[in-house]
Amino acid sequence: MSSTVTSALDLEPQSLISSEIAAIESGYRRAGARETQPRLDYPPYRSSRLRHPGNDLFEVDPEAIERAAPCFGHRDVDPLDADLTIGHPGEPIGERITVAGRVVGGDGRPVRGQLVEIWQANAAGRYAHQRDQHPAPLDPNFTGTGRCLTDGDGWYRFQTIKPGPYPWRNHVNAWRPAHLHFSVFGTCFTQRLVTQMYFPGDPLVALDPICQSIVDDRARGRLVAVYDHSLTSHEWATGYRWDIVLAGARETPVEPGDAA
Amino acid sequence: MSLIAAPGQTVGPFFHLGLPYDGDRDLVPPGSPGSVALRGHVFDGAGDPVQDALVEIWQARPDGTIPRSPGSLRRDGWTFTGFGRASTGRDGQYAFSTLVPGPAEPGRPAFFAVTVFARGLLNRLFTRAYVPGDAGALAADPLLAALSAERRQTLIAARDERGLLFDIHLQGAHETVFLRYPSGDPA
Repeated sequence: MSSTVTSALDLEPQSLISSEIAAIESGYRRAGARETQPRLDYPPYRSSRLRHPGNDLFEVDPEAIERAAPCFGHRDVDPLDADLTIGHPGEPIGERITVAGRVVGGDGRPVRGQLVEIWQANAAGRYAHQRDQHPAPLDPNFTGTGRCLTDGDGWYRFQTIKPGPYPWRNHVNAWRPAHLHFSVFGTCFTQRLVTQMYFPGDPLVALDPICQSIVDDRARGRLVAVYDHSLTSHEWATGYRWDIVLAGARETPVEPGDAA
Repeated sequence: MSLIAAPGQTVGPFFHLGLPYDGDRDLVPPGSPGSVALRGHVFDGAGDPVQDALVEIWQARPDGTIPRSPGSLRRDGWTFTGFGRASTGRDGQYAFSTLVPGPAEPGRPAFFAVTVFARGLLNRLFTRAYVPGDAGALAADPLLAALSAERRQTLIAARDERGLLFDIHLQGAHETVFLRYPSGDPA
């Protein structure tokens, strides 16, 4: 414990971060106006201090290009890209899981044939990334990136291993809850989403300023997968379901081939 | 029916693992006929370059039509898909090789639809990089017309001998105008 503290002399304690989180949340409850997205200006996440706009976002009606979205297809994505446990000489270490769900618009309609990308740490909580200095083992059989296209009903499905939590330097003894990073496209440019999926029952969520930047607990809950036994496969992998709702598509999505 | 959208989260420091890919920033081969550079720096509120940002663009063709072709992830060198992705380097600079878009709506000025991601940025930001030159169309644009002269300038790219320059300031005196779209969602 003492070595951890001496290596983090400039960092503040979790108790200070947690009290800031609690103060912001109680302010949110008092104000009574519902929020569904993270705060951009969220001081407990120290790296956001100089990286959030000071002005409000300016509301604008989307134009033609913003009502359309990039197209991806089978030439872009190999079906094997959705299995993060293959492509290496051996099996990755860790708890093998299936993560699947539907991508839908705010109108509930499936987002079909669209790109979903994920990246993640390995079972030990280490990213295969040169900037990750966490002294946990790299796994020669796990890179941690995957891609797939949603099917005709909006379903995506990945085979991977459960990532571990990992420490970071927001404050002393800061640990990110285990998560998968997701990048999702919709039928409109305006629906572009990059987010993180968390696992049910993780005690680190309450301590984590990135999760807590979503000040509404129901909104935060939208990022937590549920264990789904119907996705669990016999003697192979446990299953997690996580559905993704993209921002409301007020405009009628244009099908490929409809445009001039 | 109107469902509430999933919240965003930051791309974090390790997005290079999952998002960049070979050819991501070259919508057309650099130096090919008609190609231009669209480039700029991403700056934080202290004016320092952001080394771990990611910029995406989505655009019309020079004739204003909207691409419907897949192939952005595995470019064939011939198909213009209209989508590109560029991470910033150690100097905080991003750069695309692309074509200058035409107006996707008649009478409106042409722009690149831009999305910005970064470590420390809790949700992606949308903006527009307008193509400079058509003074009449720029002056008549409803978004630009609603902004002060100073803020309007943050959305209009500059032209130089290599193409277009578009710096992105996340915060501060030169802060870029970032956009939200009406969606029915609160906040």
